[in-house]
Order: sequence, then structure tokens, then C-alpha cells
Amino acid sequence: MNYIGENLLPGQLGHFFVVLALVSSLVATISYFKSANSIDPADELRWRKLARIAFGIDFLSVFTVFGILYYIISSHSFEYFYAWNHSNLSLNTQYLLACIWEGQEGSFMLWTLWHAVLGALLIFRGTKWEAPVMAVISFMQLCLATFILGVYVGDTSIGSNPFLLVREKFADAPVFARADYLSLAQMQDGQGLNQLLQNYWMVIHPPVLFLGFAASIVPFAFAVAGLWKNDYTWTKPALPWSLFAAGILGLGIMMGAAWAYESLTFGGYWAWDPVENASLVPWLVLVAGIHTQVIYNATGHSLRATKVFFILGFCMVLYSTFLTRSGVLGDSSVHAFTGLGMDAQLLIFLLIFLIPAFVLFFKRFKEIPHIVKEEETSSREFWMFIGALVLFLSAAIITWQTSFNPIYNKITGQSTAAPEDIEFSYNKIQVFVAIVIALLTAITQYLKYKKTAPQLWVKKILVPTSIAAAITLIFFLVSGLEYDKKGIGFQAALYLAFFASVYSVVANASYIWIGLNGRLKAAGASVAHVGFGLSLVGILISSSNKQVLSYNTTGINLKFDERSKEKSLENLTLIKGVATDMGKYWATFVNSDSTNSTGNISYYKVDMMKKDSTESFSLYPNLIRNTKGQEGFSNNPDARHYWNKDIFSYITYADDMDKREDTAQFKSYTVNVKDTVYYSNGFFILDKVVPNPSNKKYQFKPTDTALMAAITVYSKEGTRFTAQPVFYVEGNQARYILDTVYAQNIALGFSKVMADQKIELQVKESNRMVPFVALKVYEFPQINILWLGIILMTIGFGISVVYRSRQGRLKAVNKI
Amino acid sequence: MKKTHIIILIFIAIAIAVLISFMGDLTTYDTVASAREKEGKFVHLIAKLDKTKPVEYDAIKNPNYMRFTAIDTLGNSTPVIYHNAKPTDFEKSERLVLKGSMKDGQFEADEMLMKCPSKYKEDVEVNKKNLSSN
Repeated sequence: MNYIGENLLPGQLGHFFVVLALVSSLVATISYFKSANSIDPADELRWRKLARIAFGIDFLSVFTVFGILYYIISSHSFEYFYAWNHSNLSLNTQYLLACIWEGQEGSFMLWTLWHAVLGALLIFRGTKWEAPVMAVISFMQLCLATFILGVYVGDTSIGSNPFLLVREKFADAPVFARADYLSLAQMQDGQGLNQLLQNYWMVIHPPVLFLGFAASIVPFAFAVAGLWKNDYTWTKPALPWSLFAAGILGLGIMMGAAWAYESLTFGGYWAWDPVENASLVPWLVLVAGIHTQVIYNATGHSLRATKVFFILGFCMVLYSTFLTRSGVLGDSSVHAFTGLGMDAQLLIFLLIFLIPAFVLFFKRFKEIPHIVKEEETSSREFWMFIGALVLFLSAAIITWQTSFNPIYNKITGQSTAAPEDIEFSYNKIQVFVAIVIALLTAITQYLKYKKTAPQLWVKKILVPTSIAAAITLIFFLVSGLEYDKKGIGFQAALYLAFFASVYSVVANASYIWIGLNGRLKAAGASVAHVGFGLSLVGILISSSNKQVLSYNTTGINLKFDERSKEKSLENLTLIKGVATDMGKYWATFVNSDSTNSTGNISYYKVDMMKKDSTESFSLYPNLIRNTKGQEGFSNNPDARHYWNKDIFSYITYADDMDKREDTAQFKSYTVNVKDTVYYSNGFFILDKVVPNPSNKKYQFKPTDTALMAAITVYSKEGTRFTAQPVFYVEGNQARYILDTVYAQNIALGFSKVMADQKIELQVKESNRMVPFVALKVYEFPQINILWLGIILMTIGFGISVVYRSRQGRLKAVNKI
Repeated sequence: MKKTHIIILIFIAIAIAVLISFMGDLTTYDTVASAREKEGKFVHLIAKLDKTKPVEYDAIKNPNYMRFTAIDTLGNSTPVIYHNAKPTDFEKSERLVLKGSMKDGQFEADEMLMKCPSKYKEDVEVNKKNLSSN
């Protein structure tokens, strides 16, 4: 059949360039391999030339593929499944780009794109390491190209083609029996980008994270190249690269944390979710590797460890890809991708790097340079090595905890599940890692390589130590860490960690002057350590002293719940217009409205007023209606930022989330003053009838004809409310104004004046009368210290990258 | 023996101790019947909402109290008390993972995971339905 209106050219071109990328990366791999192994220098150059051309074609191909996919999405060519499934007409430009990495294929493309850029830079530097290193990277490009190939071999699909048409994807759908299916309404617009992901973090977090993932291959490739060529001089030229990889990966991970904190309701920035862990682990291992690499450069120790760390660091990236994309995690993670049926391919992807690298490592084990004589206990390298080991151990334990259940259950068919308090199962271990690492970062820079004179060391470190101890003591007296839910032992560990972190900040900051005479250019490590220490301080304070402001303390609600005393109940209901007691604040739900064009987002305005009236502000937590065929809402928090804390709120329940018909009817009662009327949750008494009331609520003049019934409502729980319905005459017409006691769900009307001083009251009880929201409000203190720490750490890595690569270049010049 | 080796051995010992304690903390996925047997013990109960029974939740009276009946694949059911806000579209959920313990014949859930199509996983099949139905 000839379908009408399809634009097939981009897809065909796109797929052509995917195949071209595959072929050219294969050629590049082989040629670089040949070049690295050639003995004759002329051969080496010839192969290298061919390899460079092939890698250049690969570079152009992956950029073209990316560009074509962007063109398909931005031109809204909905005949393509990727555009139809991941985008729609109403998206802004920046989100059109984000649509690319909403899907798995696009995120593989992002990854391969960064490899192309890094590869080009390596070729541009053009050292003797080019051939073996680029052979590894070209091979990686080859593997990644297979993930977007989408070719069937028998029944198994190799990769997934991003240029599939909708009619190819759903070949059996009846609409495609029509040649003009593109003119049908359902093909005129796409499914859109998940509303929850329409956030500026979605635009910047994935590219940075994938740059970190991509960069982790460079130290791996250098380590493998060193084993391959049996040449161990790679550690110096590779140092800027490994620093770059760790710096960017750390930044990317923490951008994800900032996103989680800001707009996904995990109640914080880190939840030890398997996906978060899977990206943290390679970072920890890479950082361990950087430290042993620096040791080797300075002393000749620890090369074997460096190799292991860089091989494993990269393989943990592949492992995290396997975990998040294969569906193994299943129920245990919130943000794993849907399985695309590529489990086997992903596993092979991991093993094809892991196994040869380790085979090579053990083959060369004896030849790897090492020093038999052991490091002195007073040497810098000894304690740096211990620190690297602790980081590695931490990574190993996190990996074990993350992957034990899914993998064990899959193999044995058992049904083990995560521990009761998942976060604590990680925290109770990692707090000790934090203590050891922070202490080591504080003291180790003051040690010298090889051997340190103890007196000198003590003299130098005494001042920072006393300052850190003083700060800890002052903090303990002034504020303290309030988290005592896990017992005094854990709280003590938190204090120790706090001291260690402050110590790390103070000692490293002072080292810039004491040890380096203020040469900031050389102080990358110190700056990064200060940032790391500050991040720990921020994490410790914000997590330990996190406060729930929305503890349900409104007297009416508590009696229903016998457990309320023992367990904190964090949701608080705010009834529209009624100021409610919320800790230090009065909170009032003002209104809700929908402001974006598609009506997917409802904002709830909540006014917060300090009880002493010194401050008031509004929060706008919102609910996002899930799109893309999913039911329900996602809550999107809003926070008020201060320099020293955030007030953080999100909606947990709102009345319009499940609207029900209000079928309740008014019932009428004829009553006299002082009469009592019962309703389902209590009773009310007509106190008096006031003619022409003039008060806060009503302003009637003495010339009007108005009567107000003053009523007191007594609920079963013993709370009292007043209601003031009014009956009045205007233009010879009798009218009445209802008054509603929201907390009791009753509406009262004064409808008639009867004989003998009696009046008629209308009473309506209903479940859904009152607009309200239930929400949680937290206070996160000192969260900004964490973000500041991360920024400083990234800057520190940056300074080191520049310093080390200049150092490398100067040495190269000196040699000539 | 070198002191590095001793330290590595100590670390390995610590790691093993930590992992053993982790194994001790592990819980299990259970059915209603097996959760009843372990009354008071923390389990992951896998069940679904019994849609023939009412779901009690009134955010105005108490936003932190909800009660409903869960039924597992073997057909056993139990009342569940959940001290938190009712998740959106609770009534439409397909499957529930309830974390908590059995107490006096009622399951007290501390945490609840709903298995509607999850937040981040888009369901291509649902999209396909849209394609045919509109």
C-alpha cells in the first residue's frame, strides 16, 4: 500500500547513518588495533591514518543520526514512532531536545555522541597512546551502535531502531489498513513528553551525567592500553582525563539529586534508590582510582590497584546500564527504564569489556611495576591508599546491597525483599565510610610522600584540628543534630561524622595556605576536598535536622487515631480559607488554579504566616496530571528558599483528585431560640437572632431588612464552631446567605421567618463540600551547604584537570 | 605480613560482618496467610485492593488514616490500615505492595507501593490503545 503523507527520507537516512556508524567504528577498531600492534613505524602510521578517517566518519555519523532524530521530533513527523511516542506539538524547543533522551535509544545516542567528542579530543592530542586507547573507544562505539541498530536475527532483536514508523511498531493495529492514516486525529499529535519530566533539569542533567559515563572509558582505555603494550607510563597523561571523568560524573549525579529534591517527591535529594546507587558506585571507584594513580605518579606504589579501579569503575558504568535498562530491578526502583527485551545484549555488553580486561590484567600481573618495600606508616601514600580502599569497599557494599535481592531472587526463585528501613540499611554503614574518608582527607595532605617527620606534621595540623573541634563544639551547643530515632549510637556516629567533615573542610582550606602558600592553581585537590567536606556537612545537617512542619496537631483529627501519639502523622489537611496551625506558622489554603496551556498542572496557593506575624509568604505546590496513558497525578513540590534553610511543601491529597457528585440534600428544621438540632457528628444550638447584623462578615445598615441566626455548632469531638446564616429581603424578594462549617461538612441556611418567634433552618451535610488539600511541609536546614559543597568540589576537579594537563604538557616540552 | 595486607584483611572481615548483618535485615515478600503466621513481623505483603469492599478515607476528618481490604492471589483477604494520605487513583490500582506487619488480624502498612503503570515507565501498550480508540 502507498501511504499518503509519509516523509520516509529522514528515517532512511537516519538508519543509513546508524549502519555507517557501525561499520566505520568497526573499521576504526580494527585499524587502531593494527596500528597499536604494528612493529614497523610506517605500518603504524598507515593504519593510524585509516583509523582516523574511520573514526572521523563515525563522529560525523553519530552527529548526523542525532541531528536527524532531532529533526524528526522538531518537525513533528508523527509517522515516526519516536516522535509520536516521546513528543507532541505543544512542547517548547528545549524539551524537544529532552524528548531524545526520554527514550532508551536516544540516551544511547547521547552516550555515543560524547564518546565521539572525547575520541576526537584524544586524536587531537595525538600522543603515542592514541592507537591503543582509541581502539578501545572505537570498540565501545561499535557496541553502542548495535544498541540503536534494530536488526532482527531470527527472533532476537539486536538493539532498537529509533527511526521505526508507528505503523511498523504496531503493525497489527487496524488504523493502518487506511492509506490516509496520517490524517486521522490520533496521528496528528504525539503522546508527549511525560509531564513530570518537563523540567529544566531534564534538559541538563542527562547530558552531564552521560558525559560523566562516557568519560569514564578514557582512564579504562588507558589502563587497558598500558597492559596491552606492557608500557606503564600512561598514568601521567591519563590523570587529567580521570579527574575530568570523576568531576563530571559527580556533578551529573548531584544534578540528579538536586532534581529529585526540587521537583520529584522523594522527600529529599537521595533515597538510596538502585538507580542512584548504580551511578554513585562508578564515581566512588573512579575517585579511588584517581588517588592510587596520584600515588603511583609520585612514588611508584599502587599501580595494580589503579588498574583494577579503572577497569572496575568503567565496568560499573556498564553494570549500572544493565541494572537500569534490563528490567532486572523490576519493582524495586522508581526510575528504571522499561525493558526493551535487550537483557542478553546488555549482559554481553558488560562482559565483553570486563572479561578481556581482567584476563589481560592477570596475564600481565607479574610484569606490572611494583615496589616490594612497603610504604611507611608516616607517608602520605600509605593513608591515601587506605582511603582508596575504603572508597572501594563502600562501593562494593553498596553494589551488593543494591543488586542482591533482584539477582538472588531471580536465580533461586526465593522471595527476599529489602530491609524494613532501606535508607538506614545504607546510612548505618556509609556514615562510617564518611567518617573515615573525611578524616583521611583532613590529615593526609599534611603528610609528605615517602616519610613525614611527626613533630612537623603535628605542628602544622594542630591549628586546623583545634578550629574544627571548636566549630563542632559550638555547633553542638547552639544547634546540634537532632536525629535520635536510631538510638544514641547512631547519633554519636553522626556527631563524629560532623566533626570529621568540618575537619576536612578546615584542614583542606588551611592547607591551601600552610602547604601550598596560597597557590590556588595547584590547590585543586584541596578545593575538591573542601567541597566534599562541605557536602557532607550539608547532608548531615539537612538530613538530621529535617523537620516536619505539617505534624497533624489540629485537635479535631487526632482522636480518630489511637496511634497518632506513637507515630508521626505527616499529612495535614487545610480547608480552603481556614488558617490552620502548622508548627511555627499559620497555613491557609487560598485557592487552586491551572495555569499551563494544556491544563495538566494545578497550582495550590498556600499562604504561610509566622505565628508572631514577622513574616508571610505563599507556597505553590502543584499537582501534575500524568500524561501518556497513565492515570493519576504526580505531586510537584514548591519550596521557599532561605540562605540557611528551605521550607518545602507538597500536596498529598486534594479534593478535586477524585471528584464525587454532591448528592446531599438540604433538610429543613423549624426551631426556636435555644433549641438544639442534631446532625451526624454532633449538634448545634440557635443562640439568638440578630437583626441587621454589622460585623466582620456582614455590613447591613439599620435601614435594611436582614436577620442573622447566631448558631454554635458542637462536634462530637468537643470542638465548637460558630455559624451565621443570614435571611434578608432585597427588592421585595426573600434571600438567604448560607454559612458553612467546613470542618464539619455542614452548610446552614436561614430560609424563613415563622410565627411564634420560630425560624426555619436548612441543613445540608455532605462529604465533598469543602475545597481542601492535604499536604506535607518539611523544613530542610542548611541544604545550601550541600549544593555549595558540590559546586566547590566540581571547581576543585576542574582546577586539577587544568593543572595536571599543563604539568603533563610542560614535561613533554622539557623532554624535547 | 605487610601492614597493608593486615589492613586489607581487617577490611574484608568488616565487609563480611556488614554483609551478614545486611542479610539478617532482609525481609520477605508474603501472602496474607504467611503474613498472619508471622504476626508482628515486618513483611512485604503482595496483594490487590478488594474492590467489592469500601475504601475508608476522609481527608477532612483525618488525612492520615485510611482503611481498606486487600486480597491476595490465593483469595485470602485482610483489612489494611495505612497511616498516610490516600494515593491518587488508589481505586484503579492493579497490585499493591504493602510494607508493614500484621497486628490483631489487621495489616498495618507503614508504606505502600501501587502498581499502576509506574510514574516513569510509560506503557507503550496503553499508547497503542489510544491509537485504536480515538
